[in-house]
Amino acid sequence: MTGTMASHAGQMLADPAVTADGGWFNEALRRILFLPAQGTTLAADIDHLHYFVILTTMAGATLITILGGLLVFKYRRPSVDGGIQRERPAPKPPLWLEVMVISFLLGLFCLWWMIGFRQYVRIRVPPTDTMDVYVTAKQWMWKFAYPDGHHTIAKLYVPAGRPVKLIMTSRDVIHSFYVREFRVKQDVLPGRYTTLWFTAHTPGTYRILCAEYCGAGHSTMRGEVVVLSPADHTRWLSSGGEGAEPQPGRGWLPGRSGDRKTQAALQAPGLAGPSYVPPATVDEFNPREPLDPVLTGQLVAAEQGCLRCHTLDGTPHIGPTWAGLYRSVVPLAGGGTVVADEAYLTESMMDPLARLHAGYPPVMPTYFGILEPGQTAAIVELIKSLRDAHPPPAPAEPAIPIIPEGPGATGARRPSPAPSRGAETP
Amino acid sequence: MSATSQQPLPVLAPEPDYLRAESGVWSWLGTKDHKRIALMFYVSVLLSLGLGGLFALALRTELLTPERTVMDAITYNRMFTLHGVVMVWLFLIPSIPTVFGNFVLPIMLGARDLAFPRLNLASFYLYVLGAVVTLGSLVAGGVDTGWTFYPPYANSTPLAVEPVVIGIFILGMSSIFTAINFIVTVHTLRAEGMTWMRMPLFVWAIYGTSIIMLLATPVLGLALLLVGLDHGLHLGLFDPGVGGDPVLFQHLFWFYSHPAVYIMILPAMGVISEVVPTFAQRRPSSYTLIAISTLGIAFVGFLTWGHHMFVAGMSEFDAGVFGILSMFVAIFSAIKVFTWTASLYRGSIHFNTPLLYFFGFLFLFTFGGMTGVAVATQSLDVHWHDTYFVVAHFHFIMVGGSLTAFLAAAHYWFPKMFGRMYSERMGLLSATAVFIGFNLTFLPQFLLGNAGMPRRYYSYPPEYQWLNVLSTGGAWLLGASLLVSLGHLVISLKWGEKAGPNPWHSRSFEWLTSSPPIQHNFPETPRLDYSPYDYTLSEEEAAARAAARGQEGPVPIGALETATLPSRTSPTDARLPRE
Repeated sequence: MTGTMASHAGQMLADPAVTADGGWFNEALRRILFLPAQGTTLAADIDHLHYFVILTTMAGATLITILGGLLVFKYRRPSVDGGIQRERPAPKPPLWLEVMVISFLLGLFCLWWMIGFRQYVRIRVPPTDTMDVYVTAKQWMWKFAYPDGHHTIAKLYVPAGRPVKLIMTSRDVIHSFYVREFRVKQDVLPGRYTTLWFTAHTPGTYRILCAEYCGAGHSTMRGEVVVLSPADHTRWLSSGGEGAEPQPGRGWLPGRSGDRKTQAALQAPGLAGPSYVPPATVDEFNPREPLDPVLTGQLVAAEQGCLRCHTLDGTPHIGPTWAGLYRSVVPLAGGGTVVADEAYLTESMMDPLARLHAGYPPVMPTYFGILEPGQTAAIVELIKSLRDAHPPPAPAEPAIPIIPEGPGATGARRPSPAPSRGAETP
Repeated sequence: MSATSQQPLPVLAPEPDYLRAESGVWSWLGTKDHKRIALMFYVSVLLSLGLGGLFALALRTELLTPERTVMDAITYNRMFTLHGVVMVWLFLIPSIPTVFGNFVLPIMLGARDLAFPRLNLASFYLYVLGAVVTLGSLVAGGVDTGWTFYPPYANSTPLAVEPVVIGIFILGMSSIFTAINFIVTVHTLRAEGMTWMRMPLFVWAIYGTSIIMLLATPVLGLALLLVGLDHGLHLGLFDPGVGGDPVLFQHLFWFYSHPAVYIMILPAMGVISEVVPTFAQRRPSSYTLIAISTLGIAFVGFLTWGHHMFVAGMSEFDAGVFGILSMFVAIFSAIKVFTWTASLYRGSIHFNTPLLYFFGFLFLFTFGGMTGVAVATQSLDVHWHDTYFVVAHFHFIMVGGSLTAFLAAAHYWFPKMFGRMYSERMGLLSATAVFIGFNLTFLPQFLLGNAGMPRRYYSYPPEYQWLNVLSTGGAWLLGASLLVSLGHLVISLKWGEKAGPNPWHSRSFEWLTSSPPIQHNFPETPRLDYSPYDYTLSEEEAAARAAARGQEGPVPIGALETATLPSRTSPTDARLPRE
């Protein structure tokens, strides 16, 4: 079923006219107004109304100002005190002019409203044959669950040319799912489900932004919609997310086999839009070599969003840096200390609040059921590899000083002189 | 009561002006004189403007680069929250009503003071208390919820939400006191002969504003108090985790905060409605339309709050209704814009600083207002909602409209308030600089919004950088020009030329008294039975009529406007005898 629909959409995609919808005029205006590319079937229509409204606005404001300027020039008083010509009853504009101008404006606004409202209903009411994806938002990540039971984090894989409906809820505060190229946005609320739908017509990677303020990580709560060509999507689906080799997009949950899939995962994303380098990314990595656990750890950390809060070079951020963390003595929020060994690191991934590092906000989500054992181990290996990476000297204060760090915190994180026992684990 | 009706009012005023009438600190702090209270408000709201402006500059500086520039994310979030709170509740809402409304409204009505002078003073002290409590949150750790306090985030954030919420509640009480005072004053203290349709348009604007304040502020106080209780006691009213509804708060909040937009812009429109007739030396092309549209905005403004929530999960039907109602509000504003512009037709226009500010206002408000219609267009709002387009739009209205009009008023009434003229050259220069700086700041933000940059972003994708740099540069220019404006006004306080009672040759009633006004505004309560925009009267004729109390029966409205009077030939005749 999916296959036939997808192939039909695939033929549609081959036609370049679909992507360059509306021709050069549309394209020129879109660029002048700084609008993003039109990534859905609805976007071009919405933009046409946009041009109409914005050009009228600019013309209206300019004309009224010019008119005022002309009147001031024409009826200027020659000098400060000279010639105050007291008016004779000042002229009133004729009634028909007032009525005409106001009716014209009212008509114009109502026209905008009519078109806008019709389009709004189109944006809001999904067709019946959608592919449904469940979206869970939380501070500060997006999680996507597909009908066949897979789930991904931060990346939403959808086929091109097929309507996709997102059924969204939030675990904590209000977020808002926003993809600029699709011209769609919908608040994601805790305690209720909201929906959003779109039909992307061009394969590529489109950035997801959170548009509703949700706290410290609001501006980094980003993700991507990976639009696969129908053939690629079918392959991706049938492999259950494994072994698929989507050409423009990426694999999901990488690091298990460490082969060409991860290779694809590390390619620059964008077919559409300006290329985007996520804030936390893996660099200097040659994907042609077989993966070692540390490199896998870097990959997993980037994919799972760990690096949104944790840094690898000692820079203070939302969570404790991983540089020099391993085997250091960690002060706990509830008092006491613990040595950051493999057990503690693993526990912190699975149950972050159990023993919280003092001086950091309790914001880390659990990765229980999300990270596979191999991936957990890879992250531990990564942290171990950073044991001797000292934090840069004397950062003035933590980047996110919700609570001032304890006096001994920085010193306590220095690696202990004891030789590593961790090399043989896990 | 004197029968020497030909004597213009201010000439023989034996009373000292309000600035010199009493001295000593307590004569200010304990004063019940509306003019002195207005000056105390003046200083306070300018301090608030300065503080909010500093926050704004810090925010813009941070946004120079996509990642950290000068501060971390939490500091940034606290700062934009305080920028919004300070600018909205400590500056924009009180600014024109409490300063210029307080100062000129009773004089315009021919009254000696507001109806409740003590309430007026209480309103000032509540403002100060509210400001201190609100800013006390800085000491208590800061608030990072944004000025909108959306739960459940506002519930979950560990920072000092309560002081801000309580502070705003107190500020709301101050607003309500002021509003009651203005409404009662307008109803009861109009001078003999002043009918409703002879009130200056600024009075209409303040009256409309007061009605909104009185009706909407309690809802805000309620909603914010509930957020405070939710945050402090975990009642869970807006917390879905225990059955609350976060969208309910948004409805309550915008039920106040959308009309609050009109609280901020209506007084600005009132100022413009005074400035235009004065400098064009003719009556507004339609007094009635401006007055009616003021009330129209005040009324319909209550019915549009839902357009802030098109993507918050409301039904399509609701969105449609709120959308069309928003269009109607825009019509009332459009009527005003056309009326002001038409009022220039066949005037006798002198181009002074307030009129230049009117031009800035005309462009910025029209553009800002029409982008408001644009964001009320539902399908477009889906893209623009919570992006910089919205930020640019409301700054066009709030800064381009309200702040510009505030500056126009500061220059226009400067001679009346302080008895001295400001430097016209510096005024024109700083007004131009404000206009350029403003556009440089906020036009790029429209483009950022079109490109899809969400608001309240500490770090942003790098392709947005150059527009942000442009905007930051504009913000610095805007800040500098505002400082220049303030500086030249302060210098003029001491070194400005002495101003006569009516340097602009206006017919509006506040210019009948001396500059600065005497302590009780008028030596005798004037008789104001002619239109404040009746430029068919010479200044002497107007003054004579005002002084002709008890001389004749009521004069029907419009009788004088159509009367033909001998035209003046000598320019000096147009001045009051005192000069």
